[in-house]
Amino acid sequence: MKNSLTIVLSGEAGQGLQTTEEFLVEAIAQSYYVFSTKDVMSRVRGGNNTVQIRLSDQFVYAYQHTIDMLFLLNDHSFSRLTNRITDKTIIFGEEGFADPLVINEKRATFKSFNLKELSKEAGGALLANTILFGFIAGMLELDEDSCKKQIMKRFLKRGEKVINDNQTAFDMGYKRGVKYPLQKEFMKSSDTSTYKISDGTTAVGLGAIAGGCNFVASYPMSPGTGVLTYLARKSNAFEILVEQAEDEIAALNMVIGAWYAGARGLATTSGGGFALMEEAVSLSGITETPCVVHVAQRPGPGTGLPTRTEQADLNLVVYAGHGEFPRIVFAPGKLEDAVKLSQKAFYLADKYQVPVFILTDQFFLESLGQMERFELDDQYLESFITKTEEEYKRYLLTKEILSPRGIPGYGNGLVKVDSDEHDESGGITEDFNVRVQMNEKRLMKRELLLEEYSDAELIGPSDYRYLIVGWGSTYGVLKEFVETNENNDVAFLYVKQVFPLHKNLTTYFDQAQKVIAIENNATGQFANLLKLELDIKVDDKILKYNGEPFSIEEVEKRLKEVLS
Amino acid sequence: MKKFELDAKTDIAWCPGCGNFNIRTALISALQELNIEPTNVVFSSGIGQAAKMPQYINANYFNGLHGRGLPVAVAIKASNPSLTVIAEGGDGDMYGEGGNHFIHNVRRNPDIAHIVHNNMVYGLTKGQASPTSQKDFVTPVQINGVTNEPFNPLAVALLLGATFVARAFSGDLEQTKNIIKQAILHKGYSLVDIFHPCVTFNKLNTFSWYKNHSYYVDEDYDASEIKNAMEKVVNTDMYALGILYQKEGKSSFEEQLNIYKQDETPIVFRKRDIGKVNNLMKD
Repeated sequence: MKNSLTIVLSGEAGQGLQTTEEFLVEAIAQSYYVFSTKDVMSRVRGGNNTVQIRLSDQFVYAYQHTIDMLFLLNDHSFSRLTNRITDKTIIFGEEGFADPLVINEKRATFKSFNLKELSKEAGGALLANTILFGFIAGMLELDEDSCKKQIMKRFLKRGEKVINDNQTAFDMGYKRGVKYPLQKEFMKSSDTSTYKISDGTTAVGLGAIAGGCNFVASYPMSPGTGVLTYLARKSNAFEILVEQAEDEIAALNMVIGAWYAGARGLATTSGGGFALMEEAVSLSGITETPCVVHVAQRPGPGTGLPTRTEQADLNLVVYAGHGEFPRIVFAPGKLEDAVKLSQKAFYLADKYQVPVFILTDQFFLESLGQMERFELDDQYLESFITKTEEEYKRYLLTKEILSPRGIPGYGNGLVKVDSDEHDESGGITEDFNVRVQMNEKRLMKRELLLEEYSDAELIGPSDYRYLIVGWGSTYGVLKEFVETNENNDVAFLYVKQVFPLHKNLTTYFDQAQKVIAIENNATGQFANLLKLELDIKVDDKILKYNGEPFSIEEVEKRLKEVLS
Repeated sequence: MKKFELDAKTDIAWCPGCGNFNIRTALISALQELNIEPTNVVFSSGIGQAAKMPQYINANYFNGLHGRGLPVAVAIKASNPSLTVIAEGGDGDMYGEGGNHFIHNVRRNPDIAHIVHNNMVYGLTKGQASPTSQKDFVTPVQINGVTNEPFNPLAVALLLGATFVARAFSGDLEQTKNIIKQAILHKGYSLVDIFHPCVTFNKLNTFSWYKNHSYYVDEDYDASEIKNAMEKVVNTDMYALGILYQKEGKSSFEEQLNIYKQDETPIVFRKRDIGKVNNLMKD
């Protein structure tokens, strides 16, 4: 585990925790590496929500279970957090917010911190978040000027008084915070301010825009909605048609209609909503009309835990839709990949006329981290649409497998697309030979897709004996484990394209004495897929399915058990 | 040969005597009389005997899933408003399986013509009740007769703000053609519900039943008055035929989209500027 410090803010929905989080992450990122994640209840007001901000002198993209500094913003959040308190934890809050018996037992430190009183003094409850921002900024001795600039930027539209009040509130917090200088085992870094701060949602949305997405139809469902609202926010600037569909079935059918007409469409949803889209996935398969779907996982079945995280919809996405047809499933685990793979999804969908999925989860989407800025590649904006001739046939059988894809109104031909089995011109057929030809033509695209396989990344020593395999959002925590654990015979294979799997992946496993799959689900869906697709045997599975992501300590503890 | 007609060899999968043949003739005639080219016309249909219509017309088509003709149609029209888009299917397809899309696309008001073949029965699945089946209609599933209230698509469309609501009868080629033509010309969502007999599975609502239970509105009927239309569509003893409601001037879905406010170029012909996207990375 890397040297780091974890600050937890614990309050309730509606208290503005997210504002404080955004302020702090941006300010901390000026001089440290930072990662921040939330634990949110499925309600608009009340309950108990926490924000955990982790800072370090090295890149971190995982959360830490133990808390160094805890800010209690109400009297009913402490009991959910007691197993994260140690003798090093400093707890700030009003008298009575934390159980003194627990503090005693854990030998933690309690500091009275009355935010209510302070905000009254500053001029109102609305200023509480800014005081808190100031207090923590003071403890960390962050640059005051840049913090105040942030405040100005944020409240620019609200007028001078609001800016002044908030800056004064910040000062009030700051001068109290500096009285608690922190015992940190690490120093400020100088090279972190060039990074882009982003959550997974923004990275997926940005990638979609870079992939030419100009149509989005979706029905809101957490945690997939974020990408819809991100694209809506950017829709005027980037000329994106955004429509809230009447249901998920409409959403994906609209997206497919848009691709048929020549647009690049996206549907964003979560497991339950995606289940409703399955028939349309199959429609995309047989009609060879591209589509891109972002599926944000949360714990199921049914409504499950709506605001928590899980990686249990891999099977759903890999097998979605009746019949047999090829598809691609990406599972980005870092921000850079969320951008790049989302961009590539539109390109590959267009090029190979297949459905492409971006599979993420709540933890990945709603956590804030840093990525190095990079230049986006415009090769992914290449269009594969052809201008049609008079005798155009949409499903022309060719040596190259792919039939040139025309769109209505562009050229002299007619574009006839059918969800029934069809002949070359798109007419319904019940000819068995044609059926076989068309079925094989579609399935042969799998080989073409594999030629563009997005390769897995090996992290750690190349002469490893133990290989950990993970996909999607476990990237950060597994990378940290491999980079910091004492044994130098453990490596981590991060698989970002989870379907179809390339046979070359097997070489990574051949070398390993022991293979351990780590997944945020109860049955090891990816381990099973490895067996089914590549005949790779996983020796141990480390699984978690309580709705939380893996913390670094938990990964260390559970891997120690299987590695010994 | 008519430009929207296919060659004579085309094998049509409808039963001999099916009302769909007349609807097809009327539809082709309507398209011929309009100043449009087959390359600029797109049919979006679901599944069912009626939804096979695009197979038998020389134009672009997307024959998708049962019930989903409308979502595909609205997306095609919004992606490329220069196309003439027609969504076509039967009563089960459009009012049953696709009922939610029907409701919300009337509200959305895309500039498309929605043609629904209404024979009050499921044909392709062999004779079960449809949303528009009459009470007491006996089927292989509803063996003691239908108990549900028949769905009234025209009344629903009117209540949700449709600006073109019409009913035709396939037995009258000329009027059906005229109504379809007006529906295509009308700006915004237009519903044409076409009564037609299913000669195989509906022995109750036959050609003569439709003939005896319907009448055309008078020449002096004022279709711009919603009260008149409401009065007509709620009468299910004698069904009114013709354009029952038409109002001009309501903005279509596409017209209200911000992407078309300054630039009429269909989004499918626009290019994304990667330089501008790179600015997001710099943010």
